[in-house]
Amino acid sequence: MITKDKTKQSTYYESIIKQGYSRRDFMKFVTYISAYLGLENSMVGQVAKALETSYRVPVIWEHFQECTCCSESFIRSDHPIVADIILDKISLDYTLTLMAASGHQAEAAKKATMDNYKGEYILCVEGSVPMGDDGNYCCIGGRSAKDILLEAAEGAKAIICWGSCACNGCVQAAYPNPTEATPIHKIIKNKPIVRVPGCPPIGEVMAGVIVHLVAFGRLPELDRIGRPKAFYSKRVHDTCYRRPYYDAGLFVESFDDENAKKGYCLYKVGCKGPMTYNACGAMKWNNGVSFPIQSGHGCFGCSEENFWDNGPIYERLTGLHGFGIESSADTIGKVAAGAVAGGLAAHAIAANISKKKELKESISRGKRNEKALDS
Amino acid sequence: METITYKRVYVWELPVRIFHWINAIAITVLAVTGFIMADPPAILSNAEASDSYWFGTVRFIHFMTAYIFFFNLILRVYWSFVGNRFASWKAFFPFSKKSWRNFLHVLKVDILLGHEKHPEITDLSVGHNSVAGLSYFILFLLALVQVFTGFGLYSAMSDWWLPDLFEWVVPLFGGDFIVRTIHHISTWLFILFVLIHVYLVFYHDWLEGRGEVSSIFGGYKFVVGQRVKHKKTEEEKKDTEDAK
Ligand code: HEM
Ligand code: HEM
Ligand code: SF4
Repeated sequence: MITKDKTKQSTYYESIIKQGYSRRDFMKFVTYISAYLGLENSMVGQVAKALETSYRVPVIWEHFQECTCCSESFIRSDHPIVADIILDKISLDYTLTLMAASGHQAEAAKKATMDNYKGEYILCVEGSVPMGDDGNYCCIGGRSAKDILLEAAEGAKAIICWGSCACNGCVQAAYPNPTEATPIHKIIKNKPIVRVPGCPPIGEVMAGVIVHLVAFGRLPELDRIGRPKAFYSKRVHDTCYRRPYYDAGLFVESFDDENAKKGYCLYKVGCKGPMTYNACGAMKWNNGVSFPIQSGHGCFGCSEENFWDNGPIYERLTGLHGFGIESSADTIGKVAAGAVAGGLAAHAIAANISKKKELKESISRGKRNEKALDS
Repeated sequence: METITYKRVYVWELPVRIFHWINAIAITVLAVTGFIMADPPAILSNAEASDSYWFGTVRFIHFMTAYIFFFNLILRVYWSFVGNRFASWKAFFPFSKKSWRNFLHVLKVDILLGHEKHPEITDLSVGHNSVAGLSYFILFLLALVQVFTGFGLYSAMSDWWLPDLFEWVVPLFGGDFIVRTIHHISTWLFILFVLIHVYLVFYHDWLEGRGEVSSIFGGYKFVVGQRVKHKKTEEEKKDTEDAK
């Protein structure tokens, strides 16, 4: 937490009020974000208090190999205060796409933040880092993404990886990954890292992570691969409203059939909800309006590692790499089983030929014994 | 004319036979329900979702059978320390000189259909032959893969401590996708094993005529009489004494 007196700074609360929000708006915001964070009612006061008393945390927000959908999602998150406090007022000391300054000024602002707040600022990363060809595939201001990341990470208190690019590499890391796009946790090993995957992540989730950090001065509780448990401990499938159709075995067979009209489960048209850890089913998107499954399209698994390579999007197939694009585990399995069965049949025939002598003997012995039986 | 006398030898103890059939049935059920889960058939129904639960039932059967499969496996591991020599864990590794010799013999004569110039009476194994033993060990490893990936996937749906022991599996591989793919692929490996295994069992039964197939039901195989050292049992001793 930043408590040092840095004269021109104000607390979160002060800057929210200065933006023209009322105390009531503020309390509503705190209540709602606490609910998203899965906090008890009694914690709301604590969050409010923290926002009233703590000073803005400097944030450096880097963009590497990405499409900016994370930023887009973030500034559209449900409550306007989110964007206001995090972007304008949480002192985004550096973010290429949104800051007023540009060019040398922008770089100077970043440098100043890194120097003045060494060990205190939060580094947010959107995008993966190309490690191939000495990092040349992504250069900003004449420097490679790799250099920029290493420098910015050096003095960061913690790193937040926004989106699947920073968490898993996303589409640019899909096979054959020509630029060697690499997620942040594989490059930086010595800093606390929060991974907030999704393409993009839900805006409220992003806000929740930041508010938690600000309000409690520490990272939210993370799962084994560094994702905030509050948002990533359940699969989309576990909170999907179409789940009863899944359990009843009622599936959409194609997007234009009767079952699709009736809103059946999208499993057979490729829904990856059963394998995707995310909060879409519970929090939804665009101010809680909808989410992919609600609008009739299966979950695509965007917050999962390698989701581009995990088989076709519109089929429930177990895809395999290195065996040709069209092959699934099942086609290979069927071919292998066929080959084995054929081989065994051939072996059986060959055995009867090769072991003819032994077989003949034992058969004739058996027949002789049959004749010699006492009746 | 030479006659061959066979002696009936108790090879597969009851726990081994029970293990075998529970295992075989469980694997069949798991593979069938698993493939249904992977690619459910299209069922047309006018019933409301609240009136049916067949897919949930298929999954339930898979998970229930998974527990049976797992506990059965553990019991077999236990039996490999207390059971007879044919059930022993040692029977699964061709490490001793004798079993390595047998391994080569089986490859040469049974698999590649060659002929041994100087066949020995001990070439025919009484318990598992060494190649079969190794194949069962490989199957055991495959079973562990299914248990780890299966319970790993299952742990997210369960609050019990046993599946939760496997909670680390999914994060280790990075996500459910890849774990499910591994689980799916090893199902095919089970199928390949079963094809070969069942073929070889019948093959040996046909060529050797020692009751191979029935042995896994009744427990007995027939072994050339010369191999059974004749130690008189108490009863036989009594018989001979009475006769005097
Ligand atoms: C011989 C053993 C087993 C076989 C052959 C087998 C086969 C399969 C197959 C083919 C699938 C479908 C995979 C896909 O969707 O692509 C599956 C799914 C699954 N299996 Fe198994 N399995 C075995 C053992 C187990 C065990 C021991 C467990 C432990 C609980 C288990 C738990 C699961 C789970 C959780 C799923 C995912 C189901 C879902 O999310 O709906 N399996 N299994
Ligand atoms: C799902 C199908 C099956 C599986 C997974 C399976 C697996 C196994 C395993 C693991 C063993 C070693 C047993 C132990 O030492 O505890 C074994 C042995 C045996 N199985 Fe199976 N089995 C299957 C089906 C069958 C069938 C259908 C038959 C015969 C009709 C059969 C006959 C035998 C015999 C005779 C043995 C003793 C083999 C030997 O002498 O080495 N099995 N099987
Ligand atoms: S639509 Fe997808 S997430 Fe929803 S129940 Fe079906 S498979 Fe699960």
